[in-house]
Amino acid sequence: MNQIVNITIDGIECMAQKGQYIVDAAKDNGIYIPTLCNYPGVKPRGSCRICTVKVNGRLMTACTTPVSENMEIINEDPELADLRKAIIELFFIEGNHFCPACEKSGNCELQALAYRYKIMVPRFPYAFPQRELDASNPKLVKDQNRCILCKRCIRGIHDEKGRTIFAYRRRGTHVEIGVDPKIGKDLSDDLAQKSMDICPVGALLVREKGFDVPIGERKYDKQSIGSDIEEKR
Amino acid sequence: MGKPVVATTSLAGCFGCHMSLLDIDERILELIDLVEFNKSPINDIKKFTKKCDIGLIEGGCCNSENVHVLKDFREQCKILISVGECAIMGGLPAMRNGIPIKECLEEAYINGPTVLNNTEKIIPNDPEIPIMLNKVYPCHEIVKMDYHLPGCPPRADLIWEALVALITGNEMKLPYEVVKFD
Amino acid sequence: MKKYTQKVLDKYHHDKTRLMDILIEIQSEYGYISSEVITIIAQDLNMSEVDVEQTISFYHFFSMKPTGKFSIYLNNSAVANMMGRNEVAAAFEKETGIKFGETTPDGLIGLYETSCIGMNDQEPAAIINNRIFTKLTAFRVKEIIRDIKEGKEIEKMFSASFGDGANRNALVKSVVSNNIRKIGPILDPDYKVGEAIKKIIKMTPEEVIAEVKHSNIRGRGGAGFPTGLKWEFCRNAEGEKKYIFCNADEGEPGTFKDRVILTELPRLLFEGMVVAGYAVGASEGILYLRYEYKYLENYLEDILKAAREKNYLGKNIMGKNGFNFDIRIQFGAGAYVCGEESALIESAEGKRGEPRDRPPFPVEKGYLEMPTVVNNVETLCSVVKVILNGGDWYRSFGTADSTGTKLLSISGDCRNPGVYEVAWGFSVNDILEMVGKSGNVQAVQVGGPSGSLIGPDEFNRTLGYEDLATGGSLIIFGEHRDLLEDVVLNFMEFFIEESCGSCSTCRILPTVLKQKLEKILNARGIAQDIADIENWGKFLKASRCGLGQTAANPLLTSIKNFRHLYEEKLQTAKEYDTGFDLSAAVKDACEVTHRIPNI
Repeated sequence: MNQIVNITIDGIECMAQKGQYIVDAAKDNGIYIPTLCNYPGVKPRGSCRICTVKVNGRLMTACTTPVSENMEIINEDPELADLRKAIIELFFIEGNHFCPACEKSGNCELQALAYRYKIMVPRFPYAFPQRELDASNPKLVKDQNRCILCKRCIRGIHDEKGRTIFAYRRRGTHVEIGVDPKIGKDLSDDLAQKSMDICPVGALLVREKGFDVPIGERKYDKQSIGSDIEEKR
Repeated sequence: MGKPVVATTSLAGCFGCHMSLLDIDERILELIDLVEFNKSPINDIKKFTKKCDIGLIEGGCCNSENVHVLKDFREQCKILISVGECAIMGGLPAMRNGIPIKECLEEAYINGPTVLNNTEKIIPNDPEIPIMLNKVYPCHEIVKMDYHLPGCPPRADLIWEALVALITGNEMKLPYEVVKFD
Repeated sequence: MKKYTQKVLDKYHHDKTRLMDILIEIQSEYGYISSEVITIIAQDLNMSEVDVEQTISFYHFFSMKPTGKFSIYLNNSAVANMMGRNEVAAAFEKETGIKFGETTPDGLIGLYETSCIGMNDQEPAAIINNRIFTKLTAFRVKEIIRDIKEGKEIEKMFSASFGDGANRNALVKSVVSNNIRKIGPILDPDYKVGEAIKKIIKMTPEEVIAEVKHSNIRGRGGAGFPTGLKWEFCRNAEGEKKYIFCNADEGEPGTFKDRVILTELPRLLFEGMVVAGYAVGASEGILYLRYEYKYLENYLEDILKAAREKNYLGKNIMGKNGFNFDIRIQFGAGAYVCGEESALIESAEGKRGEPRDRPPFPVEKGYLEMPTVVNNVETLCSVVKVILNGGDWYRSFGTADSTGTKLLSISGDCRNPGVYEVAWGFSVNDILEMVGKSGNVQAVQVGGPSGSLIGPDEFNRTLGYEDLATGGSLIIFGEHRDLLEDVVLNFMEFFIEESCGSCSTCRILPTVLKQKLEKILNARGIAQDIADIENWGKFLKASRCGLGQTAANPLLTSIKNFRHLYEEKLQTAKEYDTGFDLSAAVKDACEVTHRIPNI
């Protein structure tokens, strides 16, 4: 049987299921906590840090921290807003995000968060790194320029034997995503599509697809990310 | 008090942002009532004839001339605005940024599929030609920029709202639909 | 290659969680891990090749390309530089004819840089085929390269006598010196193996924990979590098996005290692990040893073997029915972040050493999802003394909040670098007197790069959890050092190199901050740049682990305590400067087009 715990988010009293992650508890209560590396049905990893909240005064990632009785959570204050803005900006300067030329533009979660946080220009200088465009896979194109290293593909996409098709390579500033040359080659159409869907940005694309929804009708053209959650309040 | 003076230029851009400015349609008549244009491709004034209040910069800096023009604008204008993705982050021209300049020039003038008659393998180097920079720079990484209007191009409404807000001193309205990066 | 790989896979029972051991054996045998081998491992362990590769490419000492028959890893820490590393590095490049990061065309020698190898008291130092070479000079480099080219065996390449103490042991034979400068109750050589075990088997595990709690000892790695409490949590946690890890991955630049314990008092450490195992109810202990200390492997294995023979390890230890405990050594492969306890566990499970999200904590769900205690080398040694002499005795050392003694690793500009055991409560001034300062001291780095850089006005502060908490590393900088260029910049490069890359903040920000510092060093700085570093540095606090959270500390603490060094480099005439340099920006194009820059 599910046990109910009482928590507060920005002073609002909420009920949540014991063991539920803060992000999900907030969502059930109509409160949006921004996420990027989190994906429904995939084990959370807390790597993008965008969902950082204050739990009893400490910075914690809401996607990995389970709720507990009387937990006091701050989701909105100037410090957190600035932190989240900074994180979004960091992603933009770290890679090469040419939104005007991207198939995912309008449906991209990173871009949508930048819209939500009204980012006009990053405060950090652009790195313009040299990144790999891997078009060797017959089904998928991997564009490292756009990748934000959220690990959603690593955690969420496996073959029938449970092996991962995507993985990190190297470490630190050199981290990139590798696509398995052997099992990746025999990717089914279904899994290729899933890979593209699980990617929050335009780093994984099914070949010969893209730009199929006209500007104005894309996911985040008119509605801000998270507004669907907030509507339920 | 005279009307605020506006100057505009396109650096490493495609003039799409200027086109978007024209896209304010009939409001252009209002704009002409509100401001006076100085150096700008819109009226073809080539040189600053006086200090300006607002400078609109389209495009990033890809060569030495862009840098000089931008610095000139910074000196002549009280407020400088990056208009569009290229001014803000280099835009599509910056897609060359990961590629060594040698490769870029050789592709353009020697090895590219559209090169037909360059048997002597000449890369233009006349002293009159601006020198390319090692990468395309966002404007704010060269000089101080005061405001940024994203979009490719920025929506006409965004440019309009920004100009009106600056001129009238009112707060700028930023409806969700008008701030886009594409 | 195929046959050998199969043999190694058999040895580790085709167990995916032993991937680190498998890779280490292959790397040692061939000097690299080839794509053929990766294919075999992946198939055998039911993994994808990219999955195997993601572990390999994480660790500094694994390579997918040949690293040379002799792979030379020269330490690049700040203290190494201070002791003349540049000259040594230049000599290596000159004698081999290659640059760092390259291998000679004949495949004989590979030159690589590496982060602190725990030899700060005898720099410049390098690792060559798992052997340590200390106090290098350009002359010595010539000898070494000549020996290599003449086909000498690595064992015969030492021209100096071996170091002191157990460094001379037939199984170690190392030129490393212990440099023990001050002995206290932990380093006391008058210690009889097995006495603590004899004592605890007459106590209940709860009584052991109570005694440890009573001693008030806290973790010696730096974080300072109460040891008794950690054990209690683990004992009370549910799990069919429990594990004791000893964290011997001291990678904080400037720290080397664990190296000395592992050399001189390994039996004390292993006994500490047995005590912890008994208290917690664990049956397996794992010594996670940094790869840099691989030269101690045979020696430590031999001591473990002897302990098993004496029944200090094994089944029904010392006749206590049902008390089973054994220890194995798990090597890392070069990654500072693995010193973080959950990253250490991930690594021991054969994965990338990325810290885990907490909760759950290792005491609840650690190694193989089982309750796990991770303790520092020094903590486990101290616990043996607590058991032997009692918590009250232990509390007689140090202060109320920081009981006992602390091993300090002291290096830099002083006459006697080495390991000192002092009671908590020592002030920095006391320490400077103790080590024999040479000339005026400009600054002391307390606790390594993740700690803080303090100046003379804070030298009256005392070491302890209530004031200057530290894992024990102190680096002294004389007045002739350029703190920003020689220290802060080097430390920032260290953090950039050692980030696991999982958190956005720690992966991206340190590079941005380092660029700001470089702008100031290049005389292009403005006041806003200092403010930016201070404001942006705060974002790192949102990182998952201690490495990320402290990655801006070299900048933040030096700005706090040495602001004038930054301010005197700022441009006075300019209020704003992006740092853009037109002549530098047109250089490439001018070269390609053979133009004179007419800008």
